[in-house]
Amino acid sequence: MERQVILNSQHFGLTLNRLCYQLIETHNDFSDTVLIGLQPRGVNVLTRLKSKLESILESEVVCGNLDITFYRDDFRRREAPLIPSATNIDFVIENKNVVLIDDVLYTGRTIRSGLDALLAYGRPANVELLTMIDRRFKRNLPIQANYVGKTVDTLVSERVSVEWEELEGEDKVVLFTPDANG
Amino acid sequence: MDSLSVEHLTGIKDLTKKDIEIIFKTADAFKEVINRPIKKVPSLRDITIANLFFENSTRTRLSFELAEKRLSADVVNFSAASSSVKKGETLIDTVNNILSMKVDMVVMRHPNPGAAKFLSERVDAKVINAGDGTHEHPTQALLDSYSIRERLGSVDGKKVVIVGDILHSRVALSNIYCLQKLGAEVMVCGPTTLIPKYIDALGVKVEHDLRKALEWCDVANMLRIQLERQDMKYFPSLREYSMQYGLTKDILDELSKELVVMHPGPINRGVEITSEVADSDQAIILDQVENGVAVRMAVVYLLAAGIKRE
Repeated sequence: MERQVILNSQHFGLTLNRLCYQLIETHNDFSDTVLIGLQPRGVNVLTRLKSKLESILESEVVCGNLDITFYRDDFRRREAPLIPSATNIDFVIENKNVVLIDDVLYTGRTIRSGLDALLAYGRPANVELLTMIDRRFKRNLPIQANYVGKTVDTLVSERVSVEWEELEGEDKVVLFTPDANG
Repeated sequence: MDSLSVEHLTGIKDLTKKDIEIIFKTADAFKEVINRPIKKVPSLRDITIANLFFENSTRTRLSFELAEKRLSADVVNFSAASSSVKKGETLIDTVNNILSMKVDMVVMRHPNPGAAKFLSERVDAKVINAGDGTHEHPTQALLDSYSIRERLGSVDGKKVVIVGDILHSRVALSNIYCLQKLGAEVMVCGPTTLIPKYIDALGVKVEHDLRKALEWCDVANMLRIQLERQDMKYFPSLREYSMQYGLTKDILDELSKELVVMHPGPINRGVEITSEVADSDQAIILDQVENGVAVRMAVVYLLAAGIKRE
């Protein structure tokens, strides 16, 4: 696999800052808005956005984590069942503006599952999608993000990984391309 | 990504420690699901499950049925009392007839030990044992250990005493396997006549004095006296049993520590446990019932993942 950094740590920070201000532009003081990160990796984006937003706004932003394992459309199509992560939504989403947050938007199937999972908690006023990376080709479903960190054009054989200082040692986005000889 | 090492759940004996941990981790997520406004997930919407109860049950059957429905499976119920079993049909014939109607999974309670294993080797469906005679009741043991883990943080290193009719109890046997696999120490306590002869072979301690047993343990699991399985008199009277082995507030208050009290139900109030104890904060009896649904959802979900798609 060939590695190529497509967003380095400096631009990574700038992108997160921009996403924060875009959110504030739409949601003002977040009094009717909640942010929900999709498990597992969307939660990393959420954690970072939450701390940035709270330091800009100087008030608390309501956040939760949502696991979509039981709503996936590939149950019994995999070798082994996926073991779920924790869901943690201890607030009411009824009539709220919900921003779903994930790290990479690709086929759109995760977001489809996320929308289903979300409805088990009530009926939000509206739902938006924020993604750090939008792999814009090969979408399987009619789903688009409202807020995008960076759009990339990739092949099916390639893989995009959003990495975090807390977990992988450095903030960056890496594109993995298989070697020419396979 | 992890899957269970077994195709069917016929007994705890066949499970590994890792299997039990996978079940518990999955059950954690389902416990959150059943406390939502909408307590249902769509995972098993293309699966049909038959609950075959050749023996009476209220709690286990209801718990399985709720678990299956909350996973969106289609459920059919069958009870021996109103079936062709009474007309002389064999177990295999009964089950094969039901499977011809395209059933993917069978949850079975049967009076004969080994019935679930027998079935799992002969039919083309996943089998879950919901109690086979005096042999095993794996989902009860899983929910008991899960409840201990929830209350005490972990099962490893804990001391658990199982009190009562060990001889006729599938709950006791499954619990012994499960607790030991998770690293707990197990003691059984009851009148000599209700303790199986070679129980030490399972590596459990035996105690006939309830007070000594309680002084030793962190958790006391009080079993019901199963009068319906007792073919002879094992003790002079229920009153005498209750005097020696009944758990009362007075006994608990005398102890130097606070125990966790469990009971698999149904409770005979005033026999193995007094109302005062059963309704106290130390008792986690109703938590066990709630956890039962989450644990059964986990077992059904994990086994269903292995059902082949046509």
